[in-house]
Amino acid sequence: MQELLSLATKSIFVENMALAYFLGMCSFLAVSKKVETAFGLGMAVTFVLAVTVPLNNLLYNYVLREGALSWISDDMASTDLSFLSFLALIGTIAASVQVVEMALDKYAPALYSALGVFLPLIAVNCAILGASLFMVERDYGLAESAVFGVGSGIGWMLAIVALAALREKMRYSNVPPALRGLGITFILTGLMAIGFMAFAGIQL
Amino acid sequence: MSTKTKEVLLDPLLNNNPIALQVLGICSALAVTTKLETSVVMSLAVIAVTALSNLSVSVIRNFIPPSIRIIVQLTIIASLVIVTDQVLKAFLFDISKQLSVFVGLIITNCIVMGRAEAYAMANPPTASFIDGVGNGLGYSLVLIFVGFFRELFGSGKLFGMSVLQLQTEGGWYNPNGLLVLAPGAFFLIGVFIWINRVIKPDQVDAS
Repeated sequence: MQELLSLATKSIFVENMALAYFLGMCSFLAVSKKVETAFGLGMAVTFVLAVTVPLNNLLYNYVLREGALSWISDDMASTDLSFLSFLALIGTIAASVQVVEMALDKYAPALYSALGVFLPLIAVNCAILGASLFMVERDYGLAESAVFGVGSGIGWMLAIVALAALREKMRYSNVPPALRGLGITFILTGLMAIGFMAFAGIQL
Repeated sequence: MSTKTKEVLLDPLLNNNPIALQVLGICSALAVTTKLETSVVMSLAVIAVTALSNLSVSVIRNFIPPSIRIIVQLTIIASLVIVTDQVLKAFLFDISKQLSVFVGLIITNCIVMGRAEAYAMANPPTASFIDGVGNGLGYSLVLIFVGFFRELFGSGKLFGMSVLQLQTEGGWYNPNGLLVLAPGAFFLIGVFIWINRVIKPDQVDAS
């Protein structure tokens, strides 16, 4: 239990997906102009991460990894399908985004229309695939990957909402013309990353 | 080389840089630039994947039903990335370990997907291939710029060889640790965009 708690803090603050690993940067920069939309996208990313990371964990451990197919028959004990993992992981992600989209449309139409176009775009958000790849690389178990998925989603949401709030304030500042827009956003993100580095080394 | 080919190839370098102007593919770009060596390998991998995926998408563009084109493109890109990953593992194992998950993340690199969708779906194979190489080069330019400064000033080395001798090794240079960490990369890209837009004022954002 304690390990899981420590993993959660680690994935939210210390190893923040956006600020420490630069994942999900495209939408991070493009959708951070308003706090409201940033929050909506953050929720959607957290939701999809919470679903896909454990799902991919099962897929990897019972189908792809070396010897994983031994539950079918002993002949398959030496089969190693791990070279297919990119294709399988992105397939799961695309499929679950589709399912999530349909489920939301049916059961939570308000949330569905609030998320709008962001939902399908999440399939190609690097934070989602990145979390699954980290899960494979670090060899997480099922419980760990569930915590890791939710934690990194919350961390990403925290970062994008904070950036959006800063950018709303930025409208009142006098930035050099060539630095306006994208340039200053990068520098702002850099400063935020320094702020998040203060969490480094925290263990629960 | 005709003017048009040249334009398609060189335009993405400064005039229409995928990172600085189109805001594509930043995701996997920043994490690999702590060293020049990994930046170069990553650049080559992205050039290869972008060019080949543009070529393959363009060849079959008339046979792809529009409603499932995203999944078709994703499958092509994922297969190419698997090939790249296997090649890196076979010939450059150390670097492939350092790049860790970021080779896999080329799949969701918006440059590859974006060019396949925006250019290859509407243009013939040769032009698409050149467009892929050009955009890959534009990406590499930023990556190598960032990698150069981060390795030189962050650890006093280039390609792993000492250029500025460190104080810890009896030299004079006190390395700037900030550049090796994540924020340094953000600042450098911000500066790159700044310089790019001072040279080309028409790229300045209105907001």
